[in-house]
Amino acid sequence: MAEVSKEPIISIENLTKIFSSGVFFREYTTAVKDVSFAMYPGTILSLIGESGSGKTTIGRMMLKLLRPTSGSIYFHGKDIAQLRSRAERREYYRRVQGIFQDPFSSFNPLFRVDRVFDMVYDVFMPEVRDREARTREALMRVNLNPDRILSHFPHQLSGGQLQRLLIARALLMDVEILVADELISMLDASTRMGILNLLVDICRDTGMSVLFITHDLALGYYVSDYTMIMHQGRLVEQGATAEVYHNPVHPYTKMLFRSVPDIGRRWDPKEKFIPEQVTMEIDEFYAENRGRGMVSVSPEHLVLMSVE
Amino acid sequence: MAARDFWRRHENLYFAITNKKVIFGVVIFLSIMALSIVGPMITPYDYEEFAGPGYQRPSKTHWFGTTIMGRDVFTQVVYGLRSTLLVGFLAGTIASAIGLVVGFVSGFFSGRAPDEGLMMLTNMFMVLPSLALLIILSAYLPYRGIVTQSLIVAATAWPWTARAVRSQTLSLKSQEFVNLSRISAAPTFRIIREDIAANMFSYVFMVYILQFNGTILSSVGLEFLGLGPTRGISLGLVLQNAVNWNALHLGMWWWTIIPGLILTMLIVSLYFINTGLDEVFNPRLREL
Repeated sequence: MAEVSKEPIISIENLTKIFSSGVFFREYTTAVKDVSFAMYPGTILSLIGESGSGKTTIGRMMLKLLRPTSGSIYFHGKDIAQLRSRAERREYYRRVQGIFQDPFSSFNPLFRVDRVFDMVYDVFMPEVRDREARTREALMRVNLNPDRILSHFPHQLSGGQLQRLLIARALLMDVEILVADELISMLDASTRMGILNLLVDICRDTGMSVLFITHDLALGYYVSDYTMIMHQGRLVEQGATAEVYHNPVHPYTKMLFRSVPDIGRRWDPKEKFIPEQVTMEIDEFYAENRGRGMVSVSPEHLVLMSVE
Repeated sequence: MAARDFWRRHENLYFAITNKKVIFGVVIFLSIMALSIVGPMITPYDYEEFAGPGYQRPSKTHWFGTTIMGRDVFTQVVYGLRSTLLVGFLAGTIASAIGLVVGFVSGFFSGRAPDEGLMMLTNMFMVLPSLALLIILSAYLPYRGIVTQSLIVAATAWPWTARAVRSQTLSLKSQEFVNLSRISAAPTFRIIREDIAANMFSYVFMVYILQFNGTILSSVGLEFLGLGPTRGISLGLVLQNAVNWNALHLGMWWWTIIPGLILTMLIVSLYFINTGLDEVFNPRLREL
């Protein structure tokens, strides 16, 4: 359970991102709309939503890879948009790291995979002498055989191996916040559990907190203390994982839980799934609760009741 | 140990000098270059001089034979090679430079005004029938030197480079490894050098070779049509003269085949270098 009494490491307030494209006919896409949440030490926060709901965009803004259209992100009370000099950015990235969705494009194809580790040592810990030994240790922790991985080119390794390399890279750094975007999408079931347990252990030991971006509800339940549900760029429901999973309020969350396949339940040809129905339910829900905005249904459970 | 260290740091160089295609291409290319540099020094004649009796087969005094008027073909070829290589170098450089700048800028500002504008311009140049434009431009200019010719050729050669470089820039921009370097707080210089330039360099290098090739071919084409430089000699002019004097029908193979063969070898050697370097720069294609 989250320790709410502590100061948040990172807090996000009214974050909005609008992408625009085209010159003569400008088109706007709202990827993230009015999102606020905070992350506390040692907690795992899962951000769950369908593809295109803006999960990754939030992660990218936290990593300073995208500039928010409005709203701010505060790291220990300081707006990260103000971190401009290289020293400040280095200090920030020393504490906040990320793992990207696509392991294949996360590696520069011209260099051996060791480069991602070398870069970390070069920039953040130039004083370290036993680089090789440390790298090997980090690789062992994510279940990789260093001899089969180091000094290989990215195209010689599998997606799962590359993804674990990125996890090892993050482990090397001992960070406060880890933005893990679809962290274990490329891992098979057996390694998956090992990595998840490792992640939870590290959070307990070092006080690292993780933003676990996923679309897998079961995974979210397994690891996270807090859960946030995202729909079309908005956080529609957030709260302690048990609260949200056992007592969902927002129609979109309810639909999500209904659509999780259980082992033992077979596909039913008579059952119909109509996406429009969910949209309609959400519209009705917002209409019924007009003007209520974000409502706290219990101390650790917020639901978006209406949009203005 | 020091030597091993050196090769570890300069892997690409190692793969380049051990690649058979590169070696083959470079050897031929360098020999042709050497021919163009040394040739004019060792030949006793001038390319416009009537060096001996006409209609001579290749012999000790006239290595590539003589033309119908008695000019020395070897001298013409080596001098011609000089100007042809110079045109290729100038026009190739200009065309690559324009294409690179246009492509990089529009890729960098993708979807915004500079991109739209530059791509509109590129598309306009792309649909122009380049040979017709070249003929009109060349015919319009009363005096044409090597530089003018290079400019004319380069003006129509750059659009595909711009398009290719733009798409390369776009795909590089969306690669996560650039972002991974950014969140590693790597120095901007290192990101540009290792993530952008290194991935771009091989491409640029090959583009340059292809442009060099392409501009040589189109300038020879122009010369062949009689629209080359108004003064001097070049491979295309040698070939044009040969055709004008019905060299092939008269059985003077040395006048047409030899310059044509040298031109072909030049182009082929550059293609070999190009495919070989592709393997060098792209670890996926290396023969392991």
